[in-house]
Amino acid sequence: MTTTEARRVAPSRGTSDGAYRDAGTAICPLDRIARESGVAALVDGEAVAVFRTYDDQVFAISNFDPFGRASVLSRGIVGTRGEEEIPFVASPLLKQRFDLRTGACLDDPAVVVPTWDVQVVDGMVVVGARRETITSCEP
Amino acid sequence: MNQRKQLVVVGHGMVGHRFVQAAIERGLTETHDITILGEEPRPAYDRVALTSFFERGAEALSFLPGGAYDDPRVALRLGAEVVAISPRQRVITLASGEDLHYDELVLATGAFPFVPPVPGKDLKNVFVYRTIEDLEAIRAASRKAKVGAVIGGGLLGLEAANALHQLGLETHVVELAPRLMAVQIDDAAGSTLNRHIETLGLRVHTGAMTEAVLGKDKVTGLALKDRNPLDVDLVVFSAGIRPRDALARAADLDIAERGGILVDEHCRTSDEHIWAIGECAAPGGRMYGLVAPGYTMAEVVVDALLGGEAGSFTGADMSTKLKLLGVDVASFGDAFATDEDALEVVYADAVAGVYKKLVVKELASGGYELLGGILVGDASSYGVLRPLVGSGIELPDNPEGLILPAARGGVSTGSTTDMLPDDAQVCSCNNVTKAEIAAAVSDGGGCDSPACVTACTKAGSTCGSCKTVVKKIVEDHFASVGRVVDRSLCEHFAMTRQELFEVVAVHGYNRFDDIIEGHGRGRGCDICKPAVASVLASLLNHHVLDGANATLQDTNDAYLANLQKNGTYSVVPRIPGGEITPDKLIVIGEVARDYGLYTKITGGQRIDLFGARMEDLPAIWKRLVDAGMESGHAYGKSLRTVKSCVGSTWCRYGVQDSVGMAIELELRYRGLRSPHKLKGGVSGCARECAEARGKDFGVIATEKGWNLYVGGNGGAVPAHAQLLAGDLSREELICYLDRFLMYYIRTADRLQRTSTWLDEIGGLERVREVVVDDSLGLGSELESSMDRHVDSYFDEWKATIEDPEKLSRFVSFVNAPGTPDPHITFTEERGQIRADLVDGPVSLGASIPVGAP
Repeated sequence: MTTTEARRVAPSRGTSDGAYRDAGTAICPLDRIARESGVAALVDGEAVAVFRTYDDQVFAISNFDPFGRASVLSRGIVGTRGEEEIPFVASPLLKQRFDLRTGACLDDPAVVVPTWDVQVVDGMVVVGARRETITSCEP
Repeated sequence: MNQRKQLVVVGHGMVGHRFVQAAIERGLTETHDITILGEEPRPAYDRVALTSFFERGAEALSFLPGGAYDDPRVALRLGAEVVAISPRQRVITLASGEDLHYDELVLATGAFPFVPPVPGKDLKNVFVYRTIEDLEAIRAASRKAKVGAVIGGGLLGLEAANALHQLGLETHVVELAPRLMAVQIDDAAGSTLNRHIETLGLRVHTGAMTEAVLGKDKVTGLALKDRNPLDVDLVVFSAGIRPRDALARAADLDIAERGGILVDEHCRTSDEHIWAIGECAAPGGRMYGLVAPGYTMAEVVVDALLGGEAGSFTGADMSTKLKLLGVDVASFGDAFATDEDALEVVYADAVAGVYKKLVVKELASGGYELLGGILVGDASSYGVLRPLVGSGIELPDNPEGLILPAARGGVSTGSTTDMLPDDAQVCSCNNVTKAEIAAAVSDGGGCDSPACVTACTKAGSTCGSCKTVVKKIVEDHFASVGRVVDRSLCEHFAMTRQELFEVVAVHGYNRFDDIIEGHGRGRGCDICKPAVASVLASLLNHHVLDGANATLQDTNDAYLANLQKNGTYSVVPRIPGGEITPDKLIVIGEVARDYGLYTKITGGQRIDLFGARMEDLPAIWKRLVDAGMESGHAYGKSLRTVKSCVGSTWCRYGVQDSVGMAIELELRYRGLRSPHKLKGGVSGCARECAEARGKDFGVIATEKGWNLYVGGNGGAVPAHAQLLAGDLSREELICYLDRFLMYYIRTADRLQRTSTWLDEIGGLERVREVVVDDSLGLGSELESSMDRHVDSYFDEWKATIEDPEKLSRFVSFVNAPGTPDPHITFTEERGQIRADLVDGPVSLGASIPVGAP
């Protein structure tokens, strides 16, 4: 299983868009996302749901709910599951839960939604490359 | 030869029905075809609950609403009167002339009401009280009558008096004996009951002998011996019942000295192929006018016909508990202390109208055992006390503690269920013991709740008086085997919603973070967060999107609109009571047209606009708010609508202004967050066009005011609302509704509708005690929290469009607010849009210019 910590990337100089270009798409300041909630962003033409958890980590998964076939995951409730406190979002349509770290559906391990690299750079949330598809079975 | 035998049952009343049920359950239909003949036009119904016919209707009383048994080997024939039995040919003859052969015949013909041979007994407006048809006739006659008299102050007579009282008649009860319910209760209990009944406005005449019913064609009065005649225009005789044994007499079967078909302990008559059960039978020469002994006889005959070890009927428990005109009355065991060593322990509080007597006997050990008792005014301990009779259990050292109020040294009857031995009969109607109840919830039994136990064992399914004890036994059993009934909200909170509500209220929390840090674990989930949000909203009535609250809200509350399948939302402005001006209607139409929304009328008399993109919601609402409309809370677990019929302002039949009342109630309770959605209805007359009884609270106009019904709903498991209180003034209605709703909001489970909550909290009686009688002293507190809600109400959509911070959430993409979500597509159908789904994520391609905000 892959765990992604939000990493801070030192900006090169200034805070113009150019500063983030190497890291990916700057979508909004971290403050724009309330703790334990998500926003929808357009990244290279795709709808990405970006979440901020209680401890200010950020995660990016596809906004598309494969069960309900609508682009809504950013509007779900964010919480944690179990002793290990797996951060998840519950789809607002039919409440399936997705692991924010891996995109794996906690209720149906066969379903995994795509994830993106994401980091906070100088207070700005920057979504990077779409990750290779992983499944929850992989180490 | 393996020929099937023909079993004929005469009489489809409670006992006949029970016999057939037992025959099916226990396999008698494997060898016998059963034909059951009913004389009445409808299948068996609950005669014990006959009085509730007026409020619940015939359907609710029916034991067999479909009119047929599931088992194809059982044939039910209604409207079939038997006129003769020929025991030698084993044939019965129907009124139609048809002959039916039988191998075995079971008579369950019941009893008929006894009408003493007084002059005038055949006048118009003289009735008996036995069948639904009787009640229908009484109801029809009551519309033109003012004063009614019931002759007979026994159990059934008081039921009849209750019915007349409910029908709005001034009611007299005339009883020959020196007290009411002379068979069941003693003089002191009788006078306590008298006072209760007279407080309700009924007149009781005891020791009064009816000499004649006066009148030429119709009743005009009642002549009493040595007293002034009563001016009445309706009379109901309820002077006891007599067994219907005429068929048996004509067939030369043995008849008991005082009437009834004489049967042995297996309920077999003097003919070996004829059996008799229920009120028509007289085991050992005595007839029993209660349903429980009849049920036992039915089981005994099934035993005998199965041919195995036959049970026997050796007498019956004549214990009774009932609520008459709102007064609890119970009598059990040796209520009159006839045992020569009996001692009486009496507690009486004339002011409160409570009388309780225990009849006890000293044991050789020096302790006491319970022989019987009488309870008037408060029979809550009946369920525990009755099974102690004959159990041989030694009472606690201070037996008076069992009947004293808790404040004066009484013990909670809940804690005494463990005193019951396993073979104690908890449900006397259906003969279910404590051990059978415990077995039903043990590993092999498969029941996991008191309701399931009632369904499986029948305990509590007839008169319901033992339900609280059944519940307690189930809970005690779970506790004893260490099985914790997990009522946790979710993995983050090990408490029920009710407990959570208390915690939040007591600590005065207003943030989820404080609540989960103090009382939970982890960071919450999609179950506890909306539950906390609902509790906070009920207590604080703040804006649900204020600060961190926004992230707690469930799907629909989060955007103050109803999320639809393709990610769009529907919009429902409030239309109180379904009343709307043409101008507002036009604005709704214009908004729908301008935003291309699909438009549909809802079941709650308002208009739903579908297909709105999230980013368009504020602009849509701006126009609606500007036109004077407000949020309809269609998205919330909160008050939805109060539906109304047009009422007395237009309708030729209406007796009250139902629209005005519906609007008042909807405006009073709008925005009230609750455990589940809440719906109301107001009908302007008994025709009930607003379908108010299908709502959580339903109000139906009467000539004198309003009847309040609670606990109804539609949906997958429909429930009819039940009458909480009748003929209320506007002020009383609002007072009771305030209390009812707040009590529900405080104590119900998450997503529990009022109907299931009502069952779980102890039924309508319990809710009536709290809401109407204010038994917990919570009334004013519940009312003032409702007042706070009403005073602090604001339209949350108006507040949202005025707040830039809240508005900032309503964007398609945080970094591309001008780009609409490409996943949202529609097709057209019947001239309107229809939601379409896409197969997978839709990419706009990298060419779309995107800039950081």
